[in-house]
Amino acid sequence: MSDSTNPMARRDHTHDSVEPDGPRPRHRLSGRNIMIYGTLIMISLYYLLPLYVMVVTSLKGMPEIRLGSIFAPPVDITFEPWVKAWSGACTGLNCDGLSRGFWNSVQILVPSTLLSIAIASVNGYALANWRFRGADVFFTILIIGAFIPYQVMIYPIVILLREMGLYGSLSGLVLVHTVFGMPILTLLFRNYFTSVPVELFKAARVDGAGFWRIYLSIMLPMSLPIFVVAMILQVTGIWNDFLFGVIYTRPENYPMTVQLNNIVNSVQGVKEYNVNMAATLLTGAVPLLVYFVSGKLFVRGIAAGAVKG
Amino acid sequence: MNSVEIKHLDLQFASIKVLQNLNLTVSKGEFLVLLGSSGCGKSTLLNCIAGLLEPTSGQIHIHGRNVTWDEPSERGIGMVFQSYALYPQMTVEGNLTFGLRNAKVPKDEIARRVERAAEVLQIKPLLKRKPAALSGGQRQRVAIGRALVRDVDVFLFDEPLSNLDAKLRADLRVEIKRLHQQLENTMIYVTHDQIEAMTLADRIAILKDGKIMQLGTPDEIYNRPLNRYVADFIGSPSMNFLDGEVLGDSFLRGDLILPLSDYRFAGGASVDCSATIGIRPEHIVTGELVEGMPIRSEVVVEMVEPMGSDTLVYTRLEDTPFHIRMDGQARVRQHDRLAIGIDPARTSLFDTTTEERL
Repeated sequence: MSDSTNPMARRDHTHDSVEPDGPRPRHRLSGRNIMIYGTLIMISLYYLLPLYVMVVTSLKGMPEIRLGSIFAPPVDITFEPWVKAWSGACTGLNCDGLSRGFWNSVQILVPSTLLSIAIASVNGYALANWRFRGADVFFTILIIGAFIPYQVMIYPIVILLREMGLYGSLSGLVLVHTVFGMPILTLLFRNYFTSVPVELFKAARVDGAGFWRIYLSIMLPMSLPIFVVAMILQVTGIWNDFLFGVIYTRPENYPMTVQLNNIVNSVQGVKEYNVNMAATLLTGAVPLLVYFVSGKLFVRGIAAGAVKG
Repeated sequence: MNSVEIKHLDLQFASIKVLQNLNLTVSKGEFLVLLGSSGCGKSTLLNCIAGLLEPTSGQIHIHGRNVTWDEPSERGIGMVFQSYALYPQMTVEGNLTFGLRNAKVPKDEIARRVERAAEVLQIKPLLKRKPAALSGGQRQRVAIGRALVRDVDVFLFDEPLSNLDAKLRADLRVEIKRLHQQLENTMIYVTHDQIEAMTLADRIAILKDGKIMQLGTPDEIYNRPLNRYVADFIGSPSMNFLDGEVLGDSFLRGDLILPLSDYRFAGGASVDCSATIGIRPEHIVTGELVEGMPIRSEVVVEMVEPMGSDTLVYTRLEDTPFHIRMDGQARVRQHDRLAIGIDPARTSLFDTTTEERL
């Protein structure tokens, strides 16, 4: 090892006594670190333990579950409960499992997410950059909309959907989700577009770009992070929705969450805990996957909106 | 022929009058600088000319055409912004051609114009890069290029050099001047930097509270400021002011008597009134030359700021702070007594109440 790569050697021939030099030494096991990591580990355990119980229970057979030790790992691993949850569990008279609910949820999720984000981003862009007449009033109404409790609006929406002939259909639910996503998403996009330097917008206008050209060529390519944030908010929100699903659709159109509830709460015969756990995990898989895939972008998007406000 | 003509322009935000009955004519090929401190309305005026802000009333003509209600892209202007405002996701070439593509200019024509702009601004090697990979100076050059490819006669600059460091600013300033000489198009340039204004401008318009305080050549603005605001604004360190009165052919302040026989009164002749005299720190004579001066006095040095090329001396004259700019080699120390001389022909007199030039 040469002198230049060995800090000790260099230090030795410039200093006789020990003086502070270079980076401050770190104590791994300082009281502060024990506190921080101890707390973090405890909290993680608190949150992870139920998940652990669910996973192990879903992999056990019913005889093993009857033994009652819920924390014990499965002795005889079986995927039977997962298969049953997906394609065989019964809700009332239907015995085709969660799969139908899954496809219903997908059919609700994809159009509502795309539609709400597409509309809200244009709303936000218009509010941030084109100070049209009445923009402030419009924005205020939208924000108030975000604070009105859902319960108040449930019945009027039932009537509206009935009049439009959409009550009970998937497209009716898509419409409801799109409308309810509007206030918060518009706010999100408006704040993001406000943080984009206004001179960029002016330059594009001098360059002869109009409303849509600026949106598509300038704003869209710059705002991937906020689109990811909006997507995550919508995907998790719509996927996890139970209330609207149960109210505005008919049984054959129930989303996955409603069907999960029906499976778990059906009272005929033995309670199959393993099937229930598997069904719950299956239902939660989509938002979980979205978080894992886009977690980094999510944080970046939130931060990007936060720093420049 | 007039390139840009602004007639009775008013702009109001809520109850705040940002521009007030503003009239301005810029002739073809002229380099006009709009100068003023922040909030004076200079950028607002430029945005109105560009069509990015709508005036409350008044008209804007470009090349004899009334463009008051036209879209920015239809006005025949190119604009350069302080923050460069380059489209981050496009390459330099994409940035240069965005406007032309919007206007559906034929491909070979686009290529020709980009080629020319890249040559003029020496950004050819950068064409395939993204703005993030450019230095501040290069970015601003691309921003100028974006105005250049539009092939327009009026260039609008909104504090284009304010984001650059001092050295780069001086370099680009020279480049902009060279560009103007080469292209011979009309340029309207907003800045708060008086050095930029003095060096670049054919004429300077000094704005305050949405009104033009003086419109003139840099020489007129510097030597014959029309009012006290302009006199104070231009020059660094700023002008020394002494309140006193004009009586007959003299300006009187305490023991100080300045004969005004050499002073060019704006009205042709002297009028008795209370007045303020303005004397630039660099116009105060020291050393051997004092003997030849019509007015002589003596001051005590309170503080000295050596600045290399100059020495700034803080003194008091008639109990008023009085700054003197001396040679960089001047050897003066605190508490020294300094003989000074003033040439009345190089001073400015203002009416104390109206603050207008006498």
